[in-house]
Amino acid sequence: MGETISVNGTQRSLPDDPRITLLDFLRRDLGLTGSKKGCDHGQCGACTVIVNGIRINSCLTLAAMHEGDSVTTIEGLGTPEDPSPLQRAFVDQDGFQCGYCTPGQICSATAMLEELANDWPSDASNDLEGKIEISGEEIRERMSGNLCRCGAYANIVAAIRDAATETSA
Amino acid sequence: MRPFQYERARTLGDAARLVAGADAMAIAGGSNLLDLMKLQVETPGELVDINRAGFAEIEDADDGGLRIGALATNTATAVHPRVRSDYPVLARAILAGATQQLRNKATTGGNLCQRTRCFYFMNIDQPCNKREPGSGCGAIDGVAKLHAVLGTSDECIATYPGDMAVALSALDATVQIASVDGAERSVPVRDFHCLPGDTPWRENVLEDGEVITAVTLPAPVAGVQLYRKVRERSSYAFALVSIAAIVEMRDGVIARADLSFGGLAHKPWHDLRISDLLEGAAPSAQLYDAAADLLLEDARGYGENDFKIPLARRTLHAVLAQAVEDAA
Ligand SMILES: Cc1cc2nc3c(=O)[nH]c(=O)nc-3n(C[C@H](O)[C@H](O)[C@H](O)COP(=O)(O)OP(=O)(O)OC[C@H]3O[C@@H](n4cnc5c(N)ncnc54)[C@H](O)[C@@H]3O)c2cc1C
Ligand code: SF4
Ligand code: FES
Ligand code: FES
Repeated sequence: MGETISVNGTQRSLPDDPRITLLDFLRRDLGLTGSKKGCDHGQCGACTVIVNGIRINSCLTLAAMHEGDSVTTIEGLGTPEDPSPLQRAFVDQDGFQCGYCTPGQICSATAMLEELANDWPSDASNDLEGKIEISGEEIRERMSGNLCRCGAYANIVAAIRDAATETSA
Repeated sequence: MRPFQYERARTLGDAARLVAGADAMAIAGGSNLLDLMKLQVETPGELVDINRAGFAEIEDADDGGLRIGALATNTATAVHPRVRSDYPVLARAILAGATQQLRNKATTGGNLCQRTRCFYFMNIDQPCNKREPGSGCGAIDGVAKLHAVLGTSDECIATYPGDMAVALSALDATVQIASVDGAERSVPVRDFHCLPGDTPWRENVLEDGEVITAVTLPAPVAGVQLYRKVRERSSYAFALVSIAAIVEMRDGVIARADLSFGGLAHKPWHDLRISDLLEGAAPSAQLYDAAADLLLEDARGYGENDFKIPLARRTLHAVLAQAVEDAA
């Protein structure tokens, strides 16, 4: 099988052409079209996936650089029958309009809740070392890498707040 | 992207040997290099993936300082307990840059070597002396809002766009560099980036085939540490002006003032005369003005970026006033 990468728990062969970005690999080669190509330049966050537990822009990394890594995309987070807490919260709170940015928003927020649980500070945190209080300001700063052209931000923040309270409760 | 050969370096020796190839470039996080390769601004024939070459550690240095591996991600650095407690200006500067997704990939070495965000540089259909020597500078008399007001030349008025290095400059950190023959050298961050002069394509002192292995921070110093970044929106934008400041007060007098400035020049700007002026003086608005006079003595605007000159003055006032208040 040559070099492999784990995507949503399944081992996959890495592509031969080193130019293929992780995003193109997921969408074109694996047919996982949940992750979106909004800008292809690291600016919009629509391509956000989780690699080894960390959120990254899959458009600005090569698939070949991820030999042996473990990737989770929106398809791996939940299903319509069994959505993840964030997926459910986005539906409950109407956290989207056209839905184009939504997979990236949800992958990003999923990893963000881990960062919050580890008390990683953000630019919005008053204290670099203390416990982080989840606030609208913290969520907006931490999610600033995910743009929404429909401007569904208010409901996106509400959905993340819901899921954050649920997971920390 | 143009076709290239992809190689993976497994050790520092590998990395140095491969990067020394005529048409080779190192790739770390890839967040700047791949962006520019898609635009065909960078067209390496060989891409050397150094991510597994094993210099990502952040560890205590013998002199009480901290050694940050060149492959440590910006996130790993910003959340490191010692960075948060002993070098907060560095954590703050990193957190003020880019987005969490980008910081999760961006590395110490890549961040130092990131190219300018000048629009003409990033568009191969435009003239740019940095990208294509002799083609002219589109930004002079063009779109120059992000551009430099200090240390410019007739050839190039681009800025170094990063935040992290501004804090490293204030902290007087050192860049550790290795080359293919096993030689190692170290260069103060303050001397790492170059002014454009008549060689605008040269952004830093790295020679072909050299690899950054780490940045070392001196033992922590007393005082308040601040990073203030002024930008066009409150998150996720490059600095128009930024200031990293380390200020210590003793008996109502400024005992230490290490300041570096981002967004103003082709390198993090550091002027020792400002420290000399401030140290030993009692804080006052007149003193801050005199510091701004020194900083901006030779400042020159290019139309669209004229605003940076008064903005730098006001930001310096605000930062010094806040640092003095916090340090009192
Ligand atoms: C949308 C967007 C917004 C951004 N906003 C900000 C911001 O506000 N503030 C900020 O500071 N930055 C910002 N950035 C830039 C980002 O911080 C850089 O892209 C990143 O730090 C580069 O690191 P990297 O490891 O990904 O570098 P790479 O892209 O891998 O490499 C960049 C360059 O460094 C060289 N290089 C890498 N490692 C080494 C090494 N060890 N030795 C020698 N050479 C090496 C490479 O050959 C290449 O030339 C932004 C980027 C994007 C895309
Ligand atoms: S400012 Fe420098 S980088 Fe920008 S167009 Fe002029 S020469 Fe090129
Ligand atoms: S598609 Fe990757 S950030 Fe926009
Ligand atoms: S819901 Fe349409 S872009 Fe966000």
